[in-house]
Amino acid sequence: MGRMIKFLLPFALFVVAVGFLAKGLFLDPHEVPSPLVGKPAPKFQAPILSDTGKVFNSEDMKGQVWLLNVWSSWCGACREEHPILMAMAKTGQIATYGLDYKDTDKEAQAVLDANGNPYKAIATDVDGKIGIDYGVYGVPETYVIDKAGIIRYKQIGPITEENLLTKIVPLLKELQR
Amino acid sequence: MIPEIGQFSLILAFCFAIVQGTLPLVGVWKNKSALSNLAVPAARVQFVFIVLAFICLDYSFYANDFSVLYVASNSNSHLPLAYRLAALWGGHEGSMLLWVSILSVWTMAVTIFAKSLPDSFRVRLIAVMGMVSIGFLAFILFTSNPFERLIPAALDGRDLNPLLQDPGMVFHPPVLYMGYVGFSVAFAFAIAALMDGRLDITWARWTRPWTTVAWVFLTLGIAFGSKWAYYELGWGGWWFWDAVENASFMPWLVGTALIHSLAVTEKRNAFKVWTVLLSICAFSLSLLGTFLVRSGVLTSVHAFATDPRRGIFILLYLVVVIGGALLLFAWRAPKVGLGEKFDVVSRESMLLTNNVVLVAAAGSVLLGTLYPLLMDALGAGKISVGPPYFDAVFVAIMAPGLFLMGLGPLAKWKKASLPEIGMRLRVAALISVVSAMLIPLIMGKLTLMTAVGVFMGIWVISTSLILLRNRIKSRQLAMPNKLENIKGIPLAFYGMLLAHLGIGVFILGVTLVKGYESEQDLRMEKNDVAKAGNLTFKFEGTQEIVGPNYMSTEGTFAVTSNGNLIAVLKPEKRFYPVQGSVMTEADISPGVFKDLYVSLGEPLENGAWSVRIYIKPFVQWIWAGCILMALGGGLALTDRRYRILNKRAVNEVQALHEAFEAWVE
Amino acid sequence: MKKLLIIFLLISSSAFAGEAKPLGDDPVIEARLKTLSQDLRCLVCQNTTLADSSAPLAEDLRQEIRKLMREGKSDQEVVDYLVARYGDFVRYRPPVNNETALLWFGPFLLLIIGGFVLYRALKKQAGSDDIKAEDL
Repeated sequence: MGRMIKFLLPFALFVVAVGFLAKGLFLDPHEVPSPLVGKPAPKFQAPILSDTGKVFNSEDMKGQVWLLNVWSSWCGACREEHPILMAMAKTGQIATYGLDYKDTDKEAQAVLDANGNPYKAIATDVDGKIGIDYGVYGVPETYVIDKAGIIRYKQIGPITEENLLTKIVPLLKELQR
Repeated sequence: MIPEIGQFSLILAFCFAIVQGTLPLVGVWKNKSALSNLAVPAARVQFVFIVLAFICLDYSFYANDFSVLYVASNSNSHLPLAYRLAALWGGHEGSMLLWVSILSVWTMAVTIFAKSLPDSFRVRLIAVMGMVSIGFLAFILFTSNPFERLIPAALDGRDLNPLLQDPGMVFHPPVLYMGYVGFSVAFAFAIAALMDGRLDITWARWTRPWTTVAWVFLTLGIAFGSKWAYYELGWGGWWFWDAVENASFMPWLVGTALIHSLAVTEKRNAFKVWTVLLSICAFSLSLLGTFLVRSGVLTSVHAFATDPRRGIFILLYLVVVIGGALLLFAWRAPKVGLGEKFDVVSRESMLLTNNVVLVAAAGSVLLGTLYPLLMDALGAGKISVGPPYFDAVFVAIMAPGLFLMGLGPLAKWKKASLPEIGMRLRVAALISVVSAMLIPLIMGKLTLMTAVGVFMGIWVISTSLILLRNRIKSRQLAMPNKLENIKGIPLAFYGMLLAHLGIGVFILGVTLVKGYESEQDLRMEKNDVAKAGNLTFKFEGTQEIVGPNYMSTEGTFAVTSNGNLIAVLKPEKRFYPVQGSVMTEADISPGVFKDLYVSLGEPLENGAWSVRIYIKPFVQWIWAGCILMALGGGLALTDRRYRILNKRAVNEVQALHEAFEAWVE
Repeated sequence: MKKLLIIFLLISSSAFAGEAKPLGDDPVIEARLKTLSQDLRCLVCQNTTLADSSAPLAEDLRQEIRKLMREGKSDQEVVDYLVARYGDFVRYRPPVNNETALLWFGPFLLLIIGGFVLYRALKKQAGSDDIKAEDL
């Protein structure tokens, strides 16, 4: 009987392989998880949208829990996400700050004027350098940053009702304590 | 109307595939000839209906029928005819139809050319191929139907991806699939043998030519793909270890191992279990490749549009076919006898060592391809595995195998002597070491990698030539006439020689182009001049030209050497309006010793352009080597010894076997 | 008049046969960039190197690499910089660590084990007379 076992080896290896392939069907090979989760949010200072002279300093955010939402006027998925951001702002309990990525002030302002402004403030990243520091590779992306300035979660792609309620809101509750 | 006929044909083909794949097996099992006699007619009728479906789809492309969704997605009325017809396999659904059509071509070939096999074996063979067909036709009918209608019809199509609008598109997929799908025959041979319980020399002798033909096609198919990428993509690359490339390369490696293993099994009736396992693995890797490319599990530039439903379907199909085959193997293989003996040092053992190397090499490609998925599935993070890994590991594993290639053919069957082989190869070793020093120095610089690569290439070539010389010498006594001597050596020997020489040529090409290629990124205005080595490239300006479905800016470069004009290169930057894409069409002046390769980058100010100029030494040797390999395989096929036993001998074997069965009862 | 003609000819002849200029200001950095970016992945493409991609993010990252190299950073420091932001995914050469040990050493292990198994099987079948596959 022991001798027969070794003939089952190819089959056994195949079963293991199939297991991984099956799991793979539910994964997204394009998604790039952020190595910054659990690390301090990169410091930056950037001009505030449409407010010449004023500068946004990420260091000022220490002490509060906040979201950094990377968006731009040329991004279609950002429009889909926009209503949810407006709803989040309406609750008054979530502080969302925008990072306008590789955009012009004029076009960004136009989008906000047309659809509403869910952000407490918007920093502009015209050349995308801040984006690189944050490991941004597409828009929209959102970072949840805690009181100590540590990135706790990165939402790749638009915030949806599902990931808002299952991931972001519970995390915010925990961080607020 | 025509698409509906095509659709209906596929359904009928599916029905006949079910008949072909099930009833004949029952017939052989229960000894009901009425059922087993269904195999051949069912297979042939299935072939007719699949071909009909193929013709209907291609007719829809020809006639620009944009009420068929697949045609509208992959074609356009301005697309030149050849590409319109080739666009049939430009997308997922159509390429599946190509897959299944080629499978039916192979099955048809089996019904015609395998007449000298014993009936029960042949019936099982055809039935197994029918089972494979059932799965693919079901996949097409239920998840990937190319005949789906688009209502209302589009006014014009979305055009074929401009990257595919090239002669390469006409040849590469069909030839590749002939190889890829062709391993299903070796697979069916293995399964039929396991079902039969009959595994002997004749089985190996039957399997060998079918496997070799598939291998030849696969070799050519991969070579076409590589060459096409080289001139199409604009940056002179010819292999990227992309998941889809690997999906075709793994069956090739295992198929090569299989051809060598069949040689041992045929000679000594030995290691049959291993050969059967390899037969199963080669086609399993083809199926795995089909899964990887269409399921969305891996990222690839070649990947088709994905849908998780399709992924699940193919995976279930893999479980049934491969899992079933491996279970059958586990059940029936243990009792197989071991055949004749041979020494630990012998040609047989060297051939089997070649197998270990090739399987480990295939393993490295598989591991590298699947590792990102593995790590992601285990939550261990996301990594990328690309050329730096494959180049290092694959080459390191193949190196001992390449060295062995010099020894194996010189080793005697059954019992060989290493010292004796070493003696005969002294000259080859010397030539190889000297070349490994000299050639890199002549090319410009000596590095470890180029020295090792040149050594390996020259080693393979020189040992092959020594083998030929020894063969001729050993026959001199019996055949003093040199010409008769040479003509009398079996074609299979020349086939092997040619194929091995092809490998040597290939290695030299890869080593020299990687070691000595040069690339310049330049800004050139009209009349500017660039120097590369002792060549001068003069940019003579651009002109606008219009093609059948594109607009193009064509640059002209005059290449001179010491004032003599040696080439005029005209690279283009094309704009295809339907898809709105811009294509870089490089222009190449190919040569035996180097290729001159120019591509246009971006237009800059003042009518200047960013230009890439490449010198690629010996790059054509890469594909010349592949063609030699394929020719070698083809030549070996023409050898009488490897074709099916003549009918008389088969009948004798059959009669004996039947007498034995009767006696046992 | 003749003088003017000669001067004119001298100026215009240099306009006829200009030397092509390399793209990018510093050829040493360009060469380093090329070699390095061939082993890095374009994050937004299907499967393309950072060297070959025409995507905007790829262009941005190449510029960033040039900047880092001008600041004097070594190749390893540039790679570390990118890995800190994008993870190991950005490298086409996978790291060698506990998790990737199987990847880097597995094939060699397979080769050695396969060779050993073959050797044992060869010895056994060379020595005996009537054995079956299961006895190997």
